[in-house]
Amino acid sequence: MIGEQEIRRIGERVLRASDADETEVVFFGLEERLTRFANNVIHQNVSESDASVVVRAAAGKRVGAATTNDLTDAGLERVTAAALAACRLAAQPEDPDYPGMPEPVAVEPVDAFDASTAAYTPADRARDVGAVCRRAAEAGCNASGAFRTAVHEFAVLNSHGLFAYHPATVADLTTVVMTADSAGYAAGAAWQVGQVDVGALGDEAIAGALRGRNPQALEPGAYPVVLAPYATQDIVDFVTMGASGMMVAEGRSWMPGREGQTVMSPRVSLWDDGRDPQGWPLPFDFEGMPRQRVEIVRQGVVGSAVYDRRWAAKTGKAATGHALPPYNPFSPWLNASRLGPFPMHPAMGPGEHTVEEMIAATERGLYITRFHYTRTVHPREVVVTGLTRDGVFLIEGGEITTPVKNLRFTQSYIEALANVEMVGRDVHRERPNFSVGRAPALKIAAFNFTGVTTF
Amino acid sequence: MKELTELALDTAQARGATYADVRVVQRHTQQVAVRNGAVSDLVEVETLGFGVRVVADGAWGFAASSRLERPEVERAAAEAVAIARASATAGGSPVDLGAPEAHVDTYRTPCQIDPFSVPVDDKIGLLLAADAAMRRVSGVRVTEGALVAWRENKTFASTEGAFIEQELIETGGGIVAYAVQGSEIQQRSYPNSFARDQCTGGWETIVEMDLPGNGERLAGEAVALLTAPACPCQVTTLILGATQLALQVHESCGHPTELDRVFGTEAAYAGTSFLTVDKLGTFRYGSPIVNLTADATIPGGLGTFGYDDEGVPAQRVPLVREGIFVGYLSSRETMAQLARLRGEDPARARSGGAMRASGWDRIPLVRMTNVNLEPGEWTFEDLVADTDDGIYMEMNRSWSIDDKRLNFQFGTEVAYEIKGGKMGRLLKNALYSGMTPQFWGGCDAICNADHWRVWGTPNCGKGQPSQIAHTGHGAAPARFRNVQVGVR
Repeated sequence: MIGEQEIRRIGERVLRASDADETEVVFFGLEERLTRFANNVIHQNVSESDASVVVRAAAGKRVGAATTNDLTDAGLERVTAAALAACRLAAQPEDPDYPGMPEPVAVEPVDAFDASTAAYTPADRARDVGAVCRRAAEAGCNASGAFRTAVHEFAVLNSHGLFAYHPATVADLTTVVMTADSAGYAAGAAWQVGQVDVGALGDEAIAGALRGRNPQALEPGAYPVVLAPYATQDIVDFVTMGASGMMVAEGRSWMPGREGQTVMSPRVSLWDDGRDPQGWPLPFDFEGMPRQRVEIVRQGVVGSAVYDRRWAAKTGKAATGHALPPYNPFSPWLNASRLGPFPMHPAMGPGEHTVEEMIAATERGLYITRFHYTRTVHPREVVVTGLTRDGVFLIEGGEITTPVKNLRFTQSYIEALANVEMVGRDVHRERPNFSVGRAPALKIAAFNFTGVTTF
Repeated sequence: MKELTELALDTAQARGATYADVRVVQRHTQQVAVRNGAVSDLVEVETLGFGVRVVADGAWGFAASSRLERPEVERAAAEAVAIARASATAGGSPVDLGAPEAHVDTYRTPCQIDPFSVPVDDKIGLLLAADAAMRRVSGVRVTEGALVAWRENKTFASTEGAFIEQELIETGGGIVAYAVQGSEIQQRSYPNSFARDQCTGGWETIVEMDLPGNGERLAGEAVALLTAPACPCQVTTLILGATQLALQVHESCGHPTELDRVFGTEAAYAGTSFLTVDKLGTFRYGSPIVNLTADATIPGGLGTFGYDDEGVPAQRVPLVREGIFVGYLSSRETMAQLARLRGEDPARARSGGAMRASGWDRIPLVRMTNVNLEPGEWTFEDLVADTDDGIYMEMNRSWSIDDKRLNFQFGTEVAYEIKGGKMGRLLKNALYSGMTPQFWGGCDAICNADHWRVWGTPNCGKGQPSQIAHTGHGAAPARFRNVQVGVR
């Protein structure tokens, strides 16, 4: 770790070197260790140490940016000069929507740093992963997956005097356990490694693989489904991504014209909360503004989108602390130019049912472990295509009876959330993208399967 | 540089590594983008670091750092060995890399006009001109344009004696127009989807694109799609345009021929492959006119280089010959493993040279280079004239395929009906689906070399931690019989 004091020194070094009208420094630090296993052995085991500054400079309403991971004085001078040169280019027209950089604002800290996660060693991860591999081998299965522990440091400084710093740890495990004709899956994430029960997750995946042997082909069509939280997480991610204030303003989301209307089951509530200690808190956005909880859907009624200062000013809405950086060195796709404001901490609220109760309430339907390779077919209704993966089971008479071969679906996720009949009481955590997502199991009245594959 | 690479290798060996390699990578990227008449992205990206990969106690370890200083090089090399020893505690067969690779060389991708030599003001001007052309069309809601210049200098050294220095230069660009009307949202991209086409080459490739000259046409097509009839749902004859076929090759041939997937080491993330080792040399992948090749040597391809990231020379490797599956994308370790499985001498196994890392902070994985569908004999005009009833689709909009790479469904930005040998009405929301071997088995015509070029895919994801690779795909339009179009 570099630490708050040194990061502030680095940022102030840039601010002193810049004579732009406004200058901003976003700091990204990462110490990431990941142990990957397959065929019941560790086959990749890696460690990365990196830190970058992203410098944004403004000349009036012209803005340029530059980033480097060379944090020497020479490197910082170079990156500052590059950002200054970019914002002063003659061909760049003024950006009428540039809102300026924010004045200092109080950000209440949220604890997301766990010393034991930061200190987790390759030997610790090998011990945990090795146990999963041994249990899989004893069960006649083949385990694969990845176990990561990481330390992040985020900071934002600007020439108006704003400074915000946040250290965070994260641990996450994903595992797929296979037999000759089946697979099981489990995943978990938390900012405390002690809350990721690697052994239990391994056992869950082994049990799924063993239960799924000898799958039978099933005709495609519309079936009631019970979704494990892993599958629900995909729906939560796609639907909440449409809550970008930019996408809404441009009519490219499912939300425009639906605010205040009931378009989903009253059992469905979706929000984004960057301060939730049960997720992966990051209390400020990449402009240094405090993150606010935004109710995207409340009991089936469409709520609000998320906004950064740019899109808030442009649309007359209030900023909610959801700015992305001009460039993200660790997730380059997660940038403001491409996505606008972005809900990085999506969650779906719990219900009151167990998965067993959902299965018992299903006369004939399918239990789905997770989805694979999902992509948007049409954005307005969030029509998504993808496949099932790592465990599909036929439910008959309220019981799981038969493993089923994987199916392709093409389904509106908005329609699916309108047809939610039961919501799980347990909310599961995993790390699908940059953050930690939270989702429960769901029972949905109908889901449209449009094809089959051979396994 | 050599002093630091030797320090890394010496430290690793002193700590007990039986093999070590080190890569030092410096990358400079310049991104310029406009959106609705304003500059939306103007960023210079610089990253420098090194990664040390070792085998110790028969297992792999890897450590990478952005601080290129002697004490940090020693620390990272020692950490890589410690990680390898931890890996070994979980068991498994010792790593076998096959025959040594000890090349000493330099390489640079060909480039006529260095993209960094072009003033950024000129780049902004070009994009704004294209943007203005798109926004002249009534009904267009959002317009975007982007240019990318990329220079990567990397040094590879190994304990086998390799020392290779390479400079790879890439240039990319593209524009997209979005039209929105009620619940209908349509987009058109040029020259390829996902914001740009990219290649190993220079600014000359952007000049050839003529982005401003295509802006108005593109925007007009996006608006026309709003009121076009929907693509029907039926089994029919399908002609795919070159950019969509490039992605079809990427997903249904490139990924399943990655030998690490076949051996299960990507099972937990991207998945495995239906092209198992027992099928090598005998399995009918496609019709007899289907020839697919992985070629890292093509000038201009986005997957072109001199040496891969474990020091193996770039090669041209047949994957499918006359419809029969004959080869894999491979690494040193996977080819040694394949040799053992086939009863051959692993010490003589040679990699196909497809190990690539997304940067200094990632280990190399088996990745695509330029995976190409070789050209056929048809002109595009003759191909359409020879088609009584069918649909032409082009430019990817959505893509999905199962984790063994069999069942796929793709959507395209644009489609046209074909009736009586002529292109007919514009169709929107086009989709097609199928199973990989059956689909390629229905390929009965491929256009000739005049219609063939290598398209860049700068967004290929794989691995944990995730890596984004730049791959190339040569393709010309081709025809496929009995394809399911639309969703039942």
